[in-house]
Parts: sequence; C-alpha cells; structure tokens
Amino acid sequence: MLTTLVLIPFVGALVTAVMPARPKLWAFGFAIATLIAGLVTMFTAPDTDVVWMEPLGVHWALEMDGFGKLMVLLTVVLVPLVMVAAVKDHDKRWYAWALALEAFALLTFLAADLFVFYIAFEATLIPAYFMIGQHGGPNRAKAALKFLMFQLGGGLVLLGALIGFFVVSSEAGAPSYLISDLARLDIGTTAERWIFVAMFIAFAVKAPLFPVHTWLADTTEQATTPTSVLLVCVLDKIGTFGMIRLCLGLVPEASAWATPVVIVLALISIVYGAVLAIGQDDLLRLIGLTSLSHFGLITLGIFAATREGLVGAILYMVNHGVATAAMFLIAGFLIARKGTASISSMQGLEKATPVLAGTFLIAGLATAGLPGLSQFVSEIMVLISAFDYHWLVGVIAVTAIVLAAIYVLWAYQRIFTGPAQLSRRPVRDLDRREVGVLVPLLVALFFFGFVPGPLISAAQPVVAPLVDVIQAGE
Amino acid sequence: MFESPGISYATLWPVLLVLGVACAGVVVEAFAPRAARFNAQVSLALAGLVAALAGTVAVGAGTALGASTGEGALVIDGPGVFSQGLVLLVSLGGVALFAERRLDNGVSAFAGQAAALPGTSAERTASQRGLEHTEVYPLMMFAVGGMMLFCISGDLLMLFVALEVLSLPLYLLTGLARRRRLLSQEAALKYFLLGAFSSGIFLYGLALVYGFAGSMSLAEIGEAAAEDGSSPLLLLGIGLMAVGLLFKTGAVPFHSWTPDVYQGAPTPVTAWMSAATKIAAFAAMLRLFYVAFGAEGEIWRPAIGVVAVLTMLLGASFAIVQTDVKRMLGYSAVAHTGFLLTGLLGVQTDAFGSTQAVLFYLTAYGFATLGAFAIVSLVRGPNGEVGSLDRWAGLGRTNPWVGATFAVFLLSMAGLPLTAGFIGKWGVFAAALGAGQWPVVAVAIGSSIIAIFFYVRVIMLMFFTDAREDVATVSTPSYATSVVIALSAVATVLLGVIPGPVLSLLVDAGGFIG
Repeated sequence: MLTTLVLIPFVGALVTAVMPARPKLWAFGFAIATLIAGLVTMFTAPDTDVVWMEPLGVHWALEMDGFGKLMVLLTVVLVPLVMVAAVKDHDKRWYAWALALEAFALLTFLAADLFVFYIAFEATLIPAYFMIGQHGGPNRAKAALKFLMFQLGGGLVLLGALIGFFVVSSEAGAPSYLISDLARLDIGTTAERWIFVAMFIAFAVKAPLFPVHTWLADTTEQATTPTSVLLVCVLDKIGTFGMIRLCLGLVPEASAWATPVVIVLALISIVYGAVLAIGQDDLLRLIGLTSLSHFGLITLGIFAATREGLVGAILYMVNHGVATAAMFLIAGFLIARKGTASISSMQGLEKATPVLAGTFLIAGLATAGLPGLSQFVSEIMVLISAFDYHWLVGVIAVTAIVLAAIYVLWAYQRIFTGPAQLSRRPVRDLDRREVGVLVPLLVALFFFGFVPGPLISAAQPVVAPLVDVIQAGE
Repeated sequence: MFESPGISYATLWPVLLVLGVACAGVVVEAFAPRAARFNAQVSLALAGLVAALAGTVAVGAGTALGASTGEGALVIDGPGVFSQGLVLLVSLGGVALFAERRLDNGVSAFAGQAAALPGTSAERTASQRGLEHTEVYPLMMFAVGGMMLFCISGDLLMLFVALEVLSLPLYLLTGLARRRRLLSQEAALKYFLLGAFSSGIFLYGLALVYGFAGSMSLAEIGEAAAEDGSSPLLLLGIGLMAVGLLFKTGAVPFHSWTPDVYQGAPTPVTAWMSAATKIAAFAAMLRLFYVAFGAEGEIWRPAIGVVAVLTMLLGASFAIVQTDVKRMLGYSAVAHTGFLLTGLLGVQTDAFGSTQAVLFYLTAYGFATLGAFAIVSLVRGPNGEVGSLDRWAGLGRTNPWVGATFAVFLLSMAGLPLTAGFIGKWGVFAAALGAGQWPVVAVAIGSSIIAIFFYVRVIMLMFFTDAREDVATVSTPSYATSVVIALSAVATVLLGVIPGPVLSLLVDAGGFIG
C-alpha cells in the first residue's frame, strides 16, 4: 500500500513525459491520485518490508509514523496546488519532473531502511536539478549547477556515514540497513561521532544551515516560484527530517555531544538569514533567506532536545511549508504582473491589487509568527525550549521574531503602500485560478493557528521515545 | 623425462575458441575475396564470442569451477570466470560498434589502408576505392583471447604472455582511425612505446619474484611470501610488477597515455578497449595481489593507497579542464581506476568483500563507458565526429533521447543512486572502509564531488544551453550500435535498481583460489 503511494507519482512522471495530448492534465490527475492515496494510507497502511539487495542487507521497507504522516500530508497537498500555479509558464517536462520529485520525496519520508532513504534522498536531486535548469531566470543553469554541487557534495558525505553503518552492522553479524536494526547497534563513540558529523553535514546542506546555505538564495532567485515551493517547502524538509529521524534516532549520544556547535550554527542562521533578508531588493531572494532563518529555528528546536522543542520543530516544518509556499506563490503572481522581482521597482500596488496585497500580508505575518496564525504555536514551543537550553540562546533566538516583523512589514510597505505608480498597463488583481491556489493554504494557516491540536498529537508519539533516548544518553 | 602438463579442455575451450576464431580471421583475410571479407569477419567474430560466452556461462555453472589446470598455470575460479564473461559481453558490444558503417557514408571508422601515409595520393586512392581494414576483427579477437587468459592466469609466465597477447593488438587498433590519422598514429606510437616499457618493467619484476620464490605459480609465491616477507627481491618484484599493471589500468603516475589514446583511437576501439582492458587488468591485478602477495598486504596497501589517492584526485581535476569529450572521458577513466584501486585496498572476505566490490564496479563502469563512447561516435559534424564540448551545447534539446541516454551514462559514472555506478561506488568504498582505509575513502568522497562537477557540466551543456549555429548533429546509426547503446543503458539502470542477482552471483562466485 505504501509502495503504491510512491509508485503513483512515479508512474505519473513517466506517463506525463511521453503523453502527447494534455500532459499537464494527466500530471494533475496523478497528483490528485497521490493526494487521495496519501490520505487513505494515513489511516490504513501496513508497513512494507521486502528483502531488496540481500548481500548488502537492504530491505524495501516503508512505514508511516506520525512524523511521516505530517510530511506526506504536506507533500501531497502542495504538489497539486503548485501544479495549478505553474500552469502558465511551464511545459510538460516540468510536470513530469515535479511528479518524480514528489515520488522520491515521499519515499524519503516513508523509508524505514537507511539505504532506501539515501537512494531517495539523492534521487530527488535529479528532478530538482532539471526543474531549476529548464525553467527560470537567465542564470538558471549556473544556479542549477551550484544547487546540485552542494547537494551532491552533502549526499556523498552522507554516503560515508551509510558505509560506516554497513561496516559496523557487518561486524555485529549479518548486515542490515533497517533503521530499527541500526538503532540497536552498539557503535563505538568515535565511529558514532564521525557518522553523526557526516550525516549532519548532509542534512545541513539540505536544510539549509549556515555556512552551507549559499545555494539557497541563488536557487530561489533563478528558479520559478513553483519550483522554489517544492524545493524549500518539501525538499529542504528532508534535511530537518533526517536530523530528527537519523541523527537523533540513530546516534543520540553523538547528537548530544555536538549540540553546542549545532546550536551556534542555528543561531547564526537565524540572525544572519533574517538580516540578509531585510537588505534584499529581490523578492525571491528575500523569501529564500527568510527560510534560512526559519530553518535555523527548526534546527534549534530539534537540538535543544526537549519535548516542546522537538514537537515545535516538527510543527514548524509543516507550518513553514504552508506559509512559505503561500509567500512564494504570491510573490510569483506579483512578479508575473510586474515582470521583475525587484522590490524597488514596485510601489503602491495596494489600490490596484487589494486581494494580492491582503494575502501577501497574511502569509507574511504567518511567517513572522503572528498569534492566531499557524507558525506562532510552533515558534513559541521552539523558543521555550531555547530558553530551557540556555537563557542566552533564547534571547538571541527571540530576535528572529523582531527581525521577521521588519522584513515582512518593510517589504509590504515598499511594495504595496505609497503613491500608486502611473504604469502604462494596469496591474490586475488575482484571478480565480490564483485565488483557488492560495485559499487552501491560507485556510490551513488559520486553522492550524487556532487548532494546533491534531498536529501536536501526531508529533507527540514520535518525539517521546527520542527524548527518552537522548535524556538517557546525557 | 619431461611430462606434458594435463590441460582441461573442458574448461578452457571458450578461450581457445576465441583465439581459434582470431586465427580463422587471419585465414579469411588471406583467402576470401575483398567484397566478402567484412560480412565473413563480423559473423565469425560474433558467432565466436557468443559461443565463448555460452561456454563461459556453462563453465561458471559447472562443477569444474574452482580447479586449476595446466600445472596451475590457469585457474578456473569464480571471479576469473565472471570477469571472462564480462569481457566477452563487452566485446560483443565492441564488435557491433566496429561493424558500424552507416555513420560515415558506408565506410567503417577504420582507415582504408593503414600503410598509406596520411595526406598522400595513396591514401586518397584507398579511400576512393572504398577500402577498409577488416583485419581489425582478428586483431580484436586476439586481444579478447589475451584478456580472457589474463583473467585466469595462475602463474607469472602465463600472466606475461596474456598481457602481451592483449596489448599488441590494442596498439595497432589505436592507430587505425579513418579520420584525423596523424592524431591516431601518434596515440598508437605513444601507447606502444610506453606499453613496451611497462611490459619490460613488469617482466623485470616477474623475474625478481621468481628469483625470490623459485616458482612461477602464484599460489606457491603466496606461500613463500607468507614465510619470508621481508626479502628485498620480493618487495622490489612487487613494486615493478605493480608498475606494469598500473600502467595497463591507467593509474597515476602511469596514466599519461590514457587521454591521448582515448582521443586518438577510433571511437569504437576506445569504447570497447576502455571497458574490456580495465576489466581484464583489474581481474589479473586482484588475483596477483590477493593470491601471490596477499601476505604482504601491509607493504603494498599503503603504496597502492597513495596511488589510488593521486589517481582519483588527478583524474578528476584534470577532467574538469578538458574541452574534448573523449579526453574528458579519458581522464574520467583515470579517476575510475582510482576508485577501483580503492576497492583493491579492502580485504577479501567470504561475503561481500573487495573482490566482489571491484568486479561489480567493473560491470557498472564497463556498460557505462561502452555506451558513452558509442554515443560519442554518433555526434558528428561535416568532418566526422565532433569531440569539442562547446559544439555539444544544446544537443539534449535537439536530440532528447540521445542526450538523455548520455546523461544516464554520465550519472552512473558520477555514482548517482538508481544507477549501477552508485552500487559500484558504494561497494568499493565499503570494502576499503571495512579494511580501515578511511583516509583513502575520505579522499575518494572528495574526488567524487569533483568528478560530479564535470559530468554534470556536460549534462548542463546539453540541456540548459542554447544551441550554437555550428552545433553537432546526431547521425542515425545502424541497428547494431543502437542495440549496444540501448542495452548498455538498460543494464546501467537495471543494475542500479535491482543489483541483487548480480551481487548474489558475485557472492556465490567466492574469492580467488590459489
């Protein structure tokens, strides 16, 4: 059943690539089918476990726990929405790649075998690379290359960890890559630390975290906004997903050992990303850099390693996905109207496009963590855990809220307020298709803002054993 | 009284068949009318290789596996037979590429008359008469026979004989390109001279090892080395023999011929040679190092480790600055030699050990390189093949299928998951890490990152760059070449997705026997 969930978008990608007539409609159909399959498997899905490569101890093992459910939900909901948003500027190649990306992303969230996780982790890069390289700004080829070099570099370092696990598990008896088996392994302290470092580098590149974030701004600037949504809101989550599932899950002691360094990196990301975002004139770069700041907060929540922090981080991943997707899409709609992403060339759009301005403000305030919008709850939980860890860490992390308010409101002010420009052709407001894309996202923002319960209860059971292991380790 | 050694023809007939086909090819060349030669040679070579492949499979599945014959000169063991089969598979593809006549207006990629000097009237006459060298097929068969012997050589003399039998035809084949003949002849000369030196060094090392052990047999040398490992004769011998083999595989600092020969040789020859030679050379190298010098692991492992590190780094970094696709693939072949040497550093264990890892890597690399060079031979301009990378720009847009297939081969060489190259890379890294060689593995990971850059750059060039005015065109090949490319691509993907059967085959094949 879980295999089907991965297969539907994968087959969809192949069908879309070869279908001569109406490929986009086919792609959308497969995306909807994946959405339905995702929802169904959330309630009834037995785990899968089939031996795949016996000499290497690799199993085709998939399972969906609460954490996986949230990430799968995020993915299957975003992909069809993004496809609707992408319809004007993309050809069928993009749709095929998007479905392939969805298939591999789902596979990483479902993988119960480290080898399968790794294969999916790396395989996501191929569609992403082509999506960036084939559609977007004038320097997209360069951005695609930079993206791929960073990601594959991180991936190969992760390969080192993967092989390390194989060696250790071979020595312990028959090799196995099942995550449940690996968690029981007795790894020496040194080996465990090396494995942690390798995994963390890979996930930090993916997430992204300072100082390996530099691909992010270039990529979001050059890629089209639907691509950016899939990259930042789905693909990058694999990084933080891996930190929780693999770093904390498999090498908790080494995670505790490295926490101080990670916290410092996270704090730098939070402040640095936000400060850079404030100074950006390119709207897409700006949104990309806010994500750097947010991923810093997520990482902080993960490694502060209290129950609130972890739950907060998981919630944050979902909410950030929704809010940032909305931001990117709105920015895309805006840029399609103005023909440029430069903030300084926009002014006074409020009058002409009230709906656009309103949705921008809501999504923006959501990313800034306004109470009543979804991100608030997760942000508070992360900040509480930051204060629990150390008061100074908390104080620095809190600046994120202030800085976020600055970049969101200032961008709003520069784009939408002020005297309206006298342009040759009037700027239209959002049409029905665009509103249709944004409404589900905004509803989710409000809904989870007032009713975060379901998210928390999905994350709780995943977090509890992790926290126990970590606290036992300390 | 001299007793002739017993020869087990039941297990050796595939090798003898291939050599027999080579001799028959010479006879055909002498007596058949010119018009009939091409068809006769191609069908003879194909039939011989198919029969030999069937025989090799039968030997591999039979009870004779694990025996030595000819007084231990030839060893029929799992890894040996596996690599023989692999050589035969790749050579079948090679024959198909050799026989390609559709790309170049009805003539093959080989010179009309090699003896005619480039630019003379004799050459013009040869090309006007539409002459072609059909000697390439017997030459190739001799080389294949030598490679098959190289894979199963159990003693030093056999090793040397096989080395020569496989090398000499390669030197000739390199110099036979129809186009850009001076480049081709220069490459052949360079290959021959350096190859002759390396053979000499190999022979010298061989003599020293014999002087130490008093025996040619690899197994007996292994026993002698286990007893007395500190003998300078042995150590010097190991070093000199290693030089010979490292030359054949194109390891730094003996790699300098690789890019020139890869570029200069006719592309079908490059395609076949880059895959087959590497398979045979590594099969022999594994056997030599594990069986004869296994006891000396502490001595040669660090040295090979240093060579592996240099080979990976240098191959990958030099590939970045190449502007010719064949030279780039040549330097990438150097880098792959480094990865294979990393696998050699591992220990030979019962389960998935370094022998299995290296052989799987060779399988993955063999198909990828065969397919990649086959595609290179399709990309042409008015003056034959176009190697210059900037004229490849936009090729993926004008010819999506060719671009996509080439991308598959490149991604496999780069080691991306879901391709055979990934499992191969995983295997050699795991083997080396299992033996505690983590510094080498760290460098290997670093070089992989460098290597990805130039593979991806080509993909970028093909798909994301706008086509120039003088963009190369893709000629439609005959079915043979298309089949080779398609099968290589299928194998590359299939071995990445379901490597299980081949891995199990390798595990069942076990290790080398003495």
